[in-house]
Amino acid sequence: MSAVLPLPPTAALAQAGPWRRAWRRLRRRRVAMVGLALVLGFVLLALFAPWIAPHDPIATSWGAIRKAPTATHWFGTDEIGRDVLSRVIWGTQASLLAGAVSVSISLLLGVPIGLAAGFIGGTVDGLISRITDAFLACPFLILAIAMAAFLGPSLSNAMIAIGVSATPIFVRLTRAQVLNVKVEDYVEAARAVGNPPWRIALRHVLPNVTAPLIVQATLAIAAAVIAEASLSFLGLGQQPPAPSWGSMLNTAKNYIDNAPWMAIWPGLSIFLLVLGFNLLGDGLRDALDPRAR
Amino acid sequence: MFEFLLKRLAQIVPTLIFVSMLIFGLQQLLPGDPAKILAGEEQDPTVIAYLRTKLHLDEPLPVRYAYWVGGVLQGDLGESVRTQQPVLELVLQKLPVTLQLATMAMTIALVIGIPAGIASAVGRGTVWDTVANVFALWGISTPNFWLGILLILLFSVQLGWLPASGYVSPFDDLGANLASMIMPAFVLGNAIAGVLMRHTRSAMLQVLSSDYVRTARAKGLREPAVVLKHALRNALTPVITLGALELGTLLSGAVLTEQVFTIPGFGKLIVDSVFNRDYAVVQGVVLVTATAYITLNLLADLAYFLANPRLRA
Repeated sequence: MSAVLPLPPTAALAQAGPWRRAWRRLRRRRVAMVGLALVLGFVLLALFAPWIAPHDPIATSWGAIRKAPTATHWFGTDEIGRDVLSRVIWGTQASLLAGAVSVSISLLLGVPIGLAAGFIGGTVDGLISRITDAFLACPFLILAIAMAAFLGPSLSNAMIAIGVSATPIFVRLTRAQVLNVKVEDYVEAARAVGNPPWRIALRHVLPNVTAPLIVQATLAIAAAVIAEASLSFLGLGQQPPAPSWGSMLNTAKNYIDNAPWMAIWPGLSIFLLVLGFNLLGDGLRDALDPRAR
Repeated sequence: MFEFLLKRLAQIVPTLIFVSMLIFGLQQLLPGDPAKILAGEEQDPTVIAYLRTKLHLDEPLPVRYAYWVGGVLQGDLGESVRTQQPVLELVLQKLPVTLQLATMAMTIALVIGIPAGIASAVGRGTVWDTVANVFALWGISTPNFWLGILLILLFSVQLGWLPASGYVSPFDDLGANLASMIMPAFVLGNAIAGVLMRHTRSAMLQVLSSDYVRTARAKGLREPAVVLKHALRNALTPVITLGALELGTLLSGAVLTEQVFTIPGFGKLIVDSVFNRDYAVVQGVVLVTATAYITLNLLADLAYFLANPRLRA
């Protein structure tokens, strides 16, 4: 009887792949789409900065020092006459690069280590878990500051410091997910048909732990963007004269009483980019996590 | 209780050992000869030679670690290359300032975050829920040094109500102390309030749909009594543990907030030592921070244990 009825919409949904279904759920969340739009907007700004920015971001002009916003300088100029709008647009590159590179470092280090801890277990797990605890005992930003200080101030060292400091979160998450997945029947089945352990880990366990990792990675980019801005604010990130939002805020702080526009725009950009990744991350969690539905 | 405490303490020991290795290992990240870097710009050969023997730089790595850890265990965290002051002394000098800032910030976070979380859970789907969620998102996404600068712009530059910087000891002038601390405390508390609101909201939502809350309502208790007496007490236990994790955010945030408001605390100490390439101080501060964080989390676990009668049995 039911065989002749047309498939109900949920069944049609179930026929599509899991990623396509997740994308459909994500698309229905307006807030997540706002986040995605913010992120994509900044990515476009970063990619097309040379064509979008109205002025050279490092060209100084002694005739236009700390000028309030005008028709030629929409966001005003800074303490040595550089165009704030152009610096904000170019600064997008440093922030997005820092977010993407540091989280990639965390993933490349954290996922294999977490996979090993969860999959092998025993002494390996014990050792990895204690080291992870030690990293987590040092507050994230303080550890990143200390590492960046020892490595020396530069954008690439800041990215390494942030990436390494954020790694234990991914170790712990991957390990916990692997422990859940490895007792599933399909893993047992894969073992029973004679797959070697590395193949089970990579082909059967890893694909089933990616969803929470994607969510965490998106939220970690938000944290990394703030961390890079913080390190640059302290002089440990992007070095002058190259533009970065954090270092712009550091200078702006000294001119807050007569040039507030220098502080408003870079800060607002950090806020919007971080908000974008946070909204997207929250949306992805709802879309990918079956327990949240 | 005693057994629980013992078990938790036993877990901490290996963590602390790895923490000390991690912090000692930071030195290995220095590009080049540490003695030359620590000697500063003059590169005085006698200073370099002195540092080399003092830091045991000619010994193998494990031996150097043993020397360092041995000192740490006796309360010797090394000394500042710049001021020759013992690191421990420097840290203890700055700690009270940051403790005051952190306590004020946590109070602000609790006063805003928990009621907002309750309102949001009780009025799920209403305008209160939206307001609270937007607030949480704002708190989590705002870089605190930017918020600090904006507050200075509004309250110090525009309105002239509060000082933009300049710390006053509470023992000299309590009013001036509070005036100088209220903005930084709000900046720090704001971010944590957002996180606490989210934790409280999800814990309350879970508790409000439980059977005993339904029973409390069925026996005719008024809604405020149900929410505040029955639901909140149980919802708060996970909030304590999750809130304790925010102590790390608090300490990290203090670094930037103290920098913005020029408060001579712990965070300012670490930033100043970074600029002065005073690496022993950086190591000392990170070590004290990590130890404090571990201890505070232990205390939070104990509070959780005491607040939950089922665990005590």
